[in-house]
Amino acid sequence: MTLGVIMLVHEALHRATEVARHWTASGCPVVIHVDASVPRKTYRSFREALAQDPLITFSARHKCEWGMWGLVAAAQSASELMLERFPDVRHVYLSSGSCLPLRPVAELKDYLDARPRTDFIESATTADVPWTVGGLDAERFTLRFPFSWKKHRFLFDRYVKFQRRIGMKRRIPNGLVPHMGSQWWCLTRQTLSAILQDPERPAYDAYFQKVWIPDESYFQSLARLYSTDIESRSLTLSKFDYQGKPHIFYDDHLQLLRRSDCFVARKIWPGADRLYSAFLKPETAERRTAEPNPTKIDRLFAKAVERRTIGRPGLYMQSRFLHHSWENGVTSAPYSVFQGFAELFEDFEPWLARATGCQVHGHLFAPKRAEFASGQHILNGALTDNAALRDNNPRAFLTNLIWNTRGERQCFQYGPGDKQGNNWLMAKDSNAQISVISGAWAVPLFKSNLNFADIRKEAAKLQKIESEFLDVLRSPWAKARVRIWTMAEFIEAPMEPLQSVVDEIRIRSPHRLTEAPRMTDLTGFGKFLQNLKNQGMHPYLMGDFSVTPDDPDSSNLPRRPYLVQ
Amino acid sequence: MRIRRKRRIIRAVRKSRQLRCKQDHTGHIKPGHTLLVTTARNEAIRFPYFLQYYRDMGIDHFLVVDNDSTDGLMDLLRGMPDVSVWYTKGSYKAANFGVDWMNALKRKYAHGHWTLVVDPDEFFIYPFCDSRPIKALTDWLDSGSLRSFSAMLLDMYPKGRIDEFPYAAGQNPMDIASWFDAGNYSIKKNYEYGNLWIQGGPRARAFFVDKPYQAPALNKIPLVKWDRHYAYVSSTHALLPRGLNRVYEEWGGEKASGMLLHTKFLNTFPVKAQEELARKQHYGDSVEYEAYAATLQRNPDLWCKWSERYINWRQLEILGLMSKGNWA
Repeated sequence: MTLGVIMLVHEALHRATEVARHWTASGCPVVIHVDASVPRKTYRSFREALAQDPLITFSARHKCEWGMWGLVAAAQSASELMLERFPDVRHVYLSSGSCLPLRPVAELKDYLDARPRTDFIESATTADVPWTVGGLDAERFTLRFPFSWKKHRFLFDRYVKFQRRIGMKRRIPNGLVPHMGSQWWCLTRQTLSAILQDPERPAYDAYFQKVWIPDESYFQSLARLYSTDIESRSLTLSKFDYQGKPHIFYDDHLQLLRRSDCFVARKIWPGADRLYSAFLKPETAERRTAEPNPTKIDRLFAKAVERRTIGRPGLYMQSRFLHHSWENGVTSAPYSVFQGFAELFEDFEPWLARATGCQVHGHLFAPKRAEFASGQHILNGALTDNAALRDNNPRAFLTNLIWNTRGERQCFQYGPGDKQGNNWLMAKDSNAQISVISGAWAVPLFKSNLNFADIRKEAAKLQKIESEFLDVLRSPWAKARVRIWTMAEFIEAPMEPLQSVVDEIRIRSPHRLTEAPRMTDLTGFGKFLQNLKNQGMHPYLMGDFSVTPDDPDSSNLPRRPYLVQ
Repeated sequence: MRIRRKRRIIRAVRKSRQLRCKQDHTGHIKPGHTLLVTTARNEAIRFPYFLQYYRDMGIDHFLVVDNDSTDGLMDLLRGMPDVSVWYTKGSYKAANFGVDWMNALKRKYAHGHWTLVVDPDEFFIYPFCDSRPIKALTDWLDSGSLRSFSAMLLDMYPKGRIDEFPYAAGQNPMDIASWFDAGNYSIKKNYEYGNLWIQGGPRARAFFVDKPYQAPALNKIPLVKWDRHYAYVSSTHALLPRGLNRVYEEWGGEKASGMLLHTKFLNTFPVKAQEELARKQHYGDSVEYEAYAATLQRNPDLWCKWSERYINWRQLEILGLMSKGNWA
């Protein structure tokens, strides 16, 4: 009793030669099917190279095109030849020219000897698994596919559409439940011969000839009719990416493949010299009985697919530049924006740095330069504080800053005096925590030594800019965590809002704030606002301040912060 | 766009008359070979390492345009069976900064070949380049029906004054210029050709702070499965037909991409900048070189505290400058 191997070969014939010799060296007969589109000269020299080996035979050649019937026809004729020519073959293993046995053939034989009646064929109904790529799952079996997907895509698509429109439904031959799975199987003589010698076979063949990708469903469906013991998995390690294209193994996968304990892997890059020389070595007597365990390889490829379909959030680069609102994370990490705090509190930045342990910048978008933390001129990733470079692409400036400082939370001051290019970006970014004390921009004006006419003009400008920013923050598209207080509201009970903002930054170690930032002296601020009003400029964003100095007893009612989510 | 592409090709054919073949080994090019096309002017000192680097990568044939070199480049390349050389005295600028010459050569020799277009100071890096030859990459691109591959220019610089470390022929230039900027790149989309427009790096922050809009473009698509109907538009930044510029993902993930390590800033650079400034043969009336010359006189140290030292491609991938995409 032995194992017979069928190889479907279409390119890299020199590698197929090596692998075929490896199989026969362990006494396994090999039937090779060479794609009919391989040039005759190449075929002849390939055949001659293997002519000496009595265990190698060549089956009738079919034209094999992906997704078409040829691959099934090739497997059929090779199987027939195998069963007829080598009567002591019990299991038949279907493989391709780019398959590589990873474990000694003797171990595979032992494994199969221990399971003499088991058919290893991955086979699942289309209703149960969402494997298929491209949307055609159940329809593979109910529509006709006479046109090649690779060569005649237009006709293929048109004909599918046409059939959908006229409501075409093919009858599935009696008793057959369509199943699908990897085309690389290992079947017992009993099952395989039952499939090949079935009196109904012409009907099945006629049906499957018009099914799309029949090599993934022909044997998989028919084996269900005859097999007594189906193990629904493939012994061949073969991984597909999100487009249904097989992943390829290279030299650097050597250790990974070794540790996978799989019997056969596909697809191997023909140039992977190290893999071929490592796995096609003459066999030693040592034998192991480990079960195949490809989890590590699965994880590697799953990560690759995830990288290709989702990518790293907040990364903008040469090969990932997403449409707006398709970013899957506008930025890569949470950050905090404070508007009005540095104006109201004299030592806000150092205080915040002490309270949260974050990197606290000044006004990053100040007109003159980006005020990086502690007066630096250049920051992580060689990002400079130059305003012209920043304003050339403010979006890139902010996303770069957040990307470059991954792992350390960033806080920065913002205000109506800054460049407003990133308002929408921050508002739509769920990583942003934006806290605004509206109207606090009036404090520096109040303290300044400018002519009142200039102050009035400046105040009107700043109020307009801030009110536009607040509109953005309150828009239905805003995803940022936004808190807005009027200045009057805030100074009544400053600790409570500060505590909630800081708590959100320090999720891991929440504790009460022990130290408050020092609020600037606001004596006379109410009078200042009244003067602005008297000049016809109505400041409203800071809330209501009385003209006379505050009565300490009248303002001890705590208020809830205004929270927008 | 079709008309523009045809015009490019006609231009290339016309400009190809300026090329005189000095060494023709193109008979050695076999189907499936990977080719490299480059234009050089007085850069013979870079060639020994350049050739070695790309031979190790698996480049099968080099097509070199020698733009009036006077430093013995021809003597160096003479007799190499995998190098073909064309000589021209023609104007670099009039030939669209060498693009027309190279388009013409590719049209003639590179049809159906994967072709890498780089300058002698650019070193191509791709995912797994330390363990897989370039043929593995091009086979993989073929299997996904991809025709072009992006590799952003990464300006490398030494730590210290540019003229401090003399470069010797055959030396790995990355040993001297081993630092780069990791995260100060600005990306915009160019809707005309559908390519990305990337600026930034040390050149933007050191030479173009007053006029960031003019900072050199860093986006490049140097590796293309060439077809005689293709044409580069400006340097290797953009191609026609425009579909070839779609090397980036817009709806979710990351496509695979590489990097071009740009070792312009060696001690040979200040001399070259002066010379190029005098010749006025570079892009935009050589504004770039004017900016260099002005700054170089002051303090040509591009290094800063946040510069990264180059280790390998995995480092660049972690920094988010390039990506493995779904190649694993």
